[in-house]
Parts: sequence; structure tokens; C-alpha cells
Amino acid sequence: MERLSPSARSDRYGSRINRTQSPLRASIVPYASILIASLLPLFLLADVMPLVPPLGFLLFLSWRIMRPGLLPMWVGVPLGAFDDLFSGQPFGSAILLWSLTMIAFEAIETRFPWRGFWQDWFTAGLAIVLYVLLAMAVSGAALTTHQLIAAVPQVLLSVLLYPIISRMVAWLDRFRLSRSRRIG
Amino acid sequence: MAPNSSRRSGHSRRAQYSVFTGYLLAALGALAGAGLLAISFWQPSAFSDLRGAATDVAQPVGEGSAAARTGSNNVWDTIKAYYRAGSKNAALQEEVELARIRLAEAEALEQENARLKSLLGLSESEVEPVTVARLVGSSSTSSRRFAYLGAGRSDGVEIGMPVRSPRGVVGRVLEVSRNSSRILLLTDSESVLPVRRSSDETVAFAEGRGDGLLKIRLINLGLNPLEVGDLFVTSGAGGYYRPGVAVAILSEKTPDGGVARLVAEPSASDYVSVEPLWQGEAVESAATPVELELDE
Repeated sequence: MERLSPSARSDRYGSRINRTQSPLRASIVPYASILIASLLPLFLLADVMPLVPPLGFLLFLSWRIMRPGLLPMWVGVPLGAFDDLFSGQPFGSAILLWSLTMIAFEAIETRFPWRGFWQDWFTAGLAIVLYVLLAMAVSGAALTTHQLIAAVPQVLLSVLLYPIISRMVAWLDRFRLSRSRRIG
Repeated sequence: MAPNSSRRSGHSRRAQYSVFTGYLLAALGALAGAGLLAISFWQPSAFSDLRGAATDVAQPVGEGSAAARTGSNNVWDTIKAYYRAGSKNAALQEEVELARIRLAEAEALEQENARLKSLLGLSESEVEPVTVARLVGSSSTSSRRFAYLGAGRSDGVEIGMPVRSPRGVVGRVLEVSRNSSRILLLTDSESVLPVRRSSDETVAFAEGRGDGLLKIRLINLGLNPLEVGDLFVTSGAGGYYRPGVAVAILSEKTPDGGVARLVAEPSASDYVSVEPLWQGEAVESAATPVELELDE
């Protein structure tokens, strides 16, 4: 009898024999990760200027870019509402901006169906810069030059953090689809 | 990576409708967001209950992270303290000896103070704080500067009460829920605080700039009397803060005042205390329209 290579009966999500993906895990992981990322910046004390990247938005963006169609188009409403509860922005700002992001990315994707890492980073970077500026515009305070200067480190950090966040999301996606449930 | 072919609608009516519905729902969501945003601007306190309930839930985690933050601050300070420990030690010893002498003098003054006060029949005016709590979090991603306090309505905190650390003013309570409250920090660009120079009666407004510094705007324009290094304390105007609490130190002079740095940095303070409104009636009467009479 010929010996099969050990990896022949498995794919990147694990062994295909006797194992299947867990539907619960597959549907919960993206949302849970975005919600936790929205909540995390609350626990850091930034009294001088906004230094922490908008983690919730970064994860939301990464999931949208990595798995087009996984998040439904209207998902900006519930996820944005949760983000608004903790972000200190007036309620409704993230609902508006996240919904607009979904529409913009859907439109960009129909226009440029083929894309790679650099283009993704460029699009995400542009989205992050616009998001921070627009969030500042609807924060309820008058825009000043000092505020714009104070936002530069946050924007730079967020844009540079995107590749790392998207690798984390890729890891979460493998975890999401790993064959964990035993059949029979 | 190209999108899945299943996401292309092609000639399928059903798929075309679902794409259309997706866009429609997202656009409706954006509209709803814009509407909620408009309500938030019109009635800033409209969603405070919702936000307060959410912060109440997250508050216990914040207590833990606040304790960890204080701990890590201490570790960092300890490491920093080893740098040039010898010369620092000598300087500190000298300072302690001087301080002992000053302390003795202060005790004498205190005694005399008490004697004079008893002659005048003044009562002790030390303010009892409403509660003492930790800052459990902040709006660290937003351009606004809010902090969240681990004490709320159940501890007697009310809207408008000043919050201070042992060093000086931190901010003012903006929203209260059961076990947490939201604080407008002095560095927020919407925060204005009446101050005066500690050495004389030069009055000014300390406004947050949104980048961690305060703008000192003099009320009496003319020759700018300020010097770099001047300490500003609360003046008591407006009735929220009691006078004489340290606020900021001038670091730069400008034609109409100056730029100042905070004395009490919230991230460096372990516990903060919430104090009662200094002149509750004054605040109340300022909030009452002219047409209405104040009830006695």
C-alpha cells in the first residue's frame, strides 16, 4: 500500500477527515474582534492628545478588505453604535462614518476588482486619514490648527499599524475557519 | 485578490436585487447615523443614559487597568530614580533639611492663623470631598478629551462638580450615571476655566487647545504682565471651582496672554477627588433665564 503524505487529507484549516468548521465560531469571531477593539482604547488614559489609533475602525476595515461580503452592507449601524458608546464622540458619528466606509469600499471594489497588498494598504490608509479628519470635524468642538497638529501622530500610527492589524485579522480568519468540530 | 465570482450579480435578477438592497440599507444606515448625530448636537445629553449604562458595564475592567497603570508608572519612576542617584540624594537631603525648617515656621504660622481666626469667629473652610475615585478610562481615540471616573450617582456625584487631584484641578463632571461619570478634562478644546495669577489679581481664562496645552487669555488687554513660570490658580468666578486651586504654569508668552502647561496631569494621578460645587446658588442662578424668578 502506498503511503500518503500526512498533509494530503488536510487543508490550511486542519484535517478534513472527521472534522468540520464550527458555524458559531465562523460567524462570531469577526464581530467579537471588532467589538473588543472598539472597547480597548477606553481603558487607556490619554489626557494630552489622541494617540491611540481607532482600533475598532482598523479591525472593521481589515475584515472588510480581507473578506469582502462577509460583513453585510448595513453592519456599520450596530458596530458603529457600539463604538460610539465608548469613543467619546457624539452618538451617531461612527454609525455615519462606518456606513459610508462600507459604501465606499463596495464602490471601490466594483471599480478595481483585482488588488494586492500595496493597493489595499493605500486604500486603507486613505480611509483612515479621512476617518480621523471627519471624526474630528463631527466631534462637537470647533476645528483648530492645534487639534490638527495633535492628530498627526495618531494618523501616522494608525496607517503604519494597518499591515500588522491585517496580519492579525488573517490569523483570526484562520482561527475562524479552522476545522474544530468533530463529526460522527 | 479578486472578489468571489458569487458576489458579481451578472444577469441574475435576484443577485441584482440583493446588491441594490445592500446599498440601500447602507445608505439608510448612514442617514440614520447623520440623524442621530444631529440629535446629539441639538441635545447633547440625549444619549447620555445609554452611554452611561455602557460605561457602567465597562467600569470594573477600567478599575483593573487603572491599578495596572499606577503600578507601571511606579516601576518606571523607580527605574528613572536610579539615574544619577548619588547627586540627587545629596540634593534631596539638603532640601529636606530646609523643608524641616520651613515646616516648623509653617506650624508657628498655622497656630497664629488659628488664633486670629478664632478672634474673628471664622469657621474652618476646608472642603470635604464628595467622593474619591480612580480615573478608569478616557476617550483616547477621539479628538475630544474626556475621562471616565469610577464613581457615579450612587456616590453622590452630580453634574458640574469639579474634579481635582492632590496637585490641582483635573476637570469637571459632564455626565453622571449610576457607577461612573464622564469628565471634561481641562485640555479639551471646549473647556474654559476662570483663573488668576497666584501672585496677584491678574485674571484670565484658561482654555484647552486640544493638544495638551492651555491657552491663557487675559481679560484686561493691554500690556501683557505675564512671565514664563507664573502659576495660575482658580479664581472662583462662575461658582464651580473654589478659589486657590492650582491649574497651570505658563510656558510661553503670546501677545494676548500665554500658553500654559497643566499642573495636575490626569494620567499621572492615582486617585482624584470630586468636590461639591463651590457656590451652588450662583451656578443655579446663572442657569436660570432672566424671565424666571429664583425661588428663595
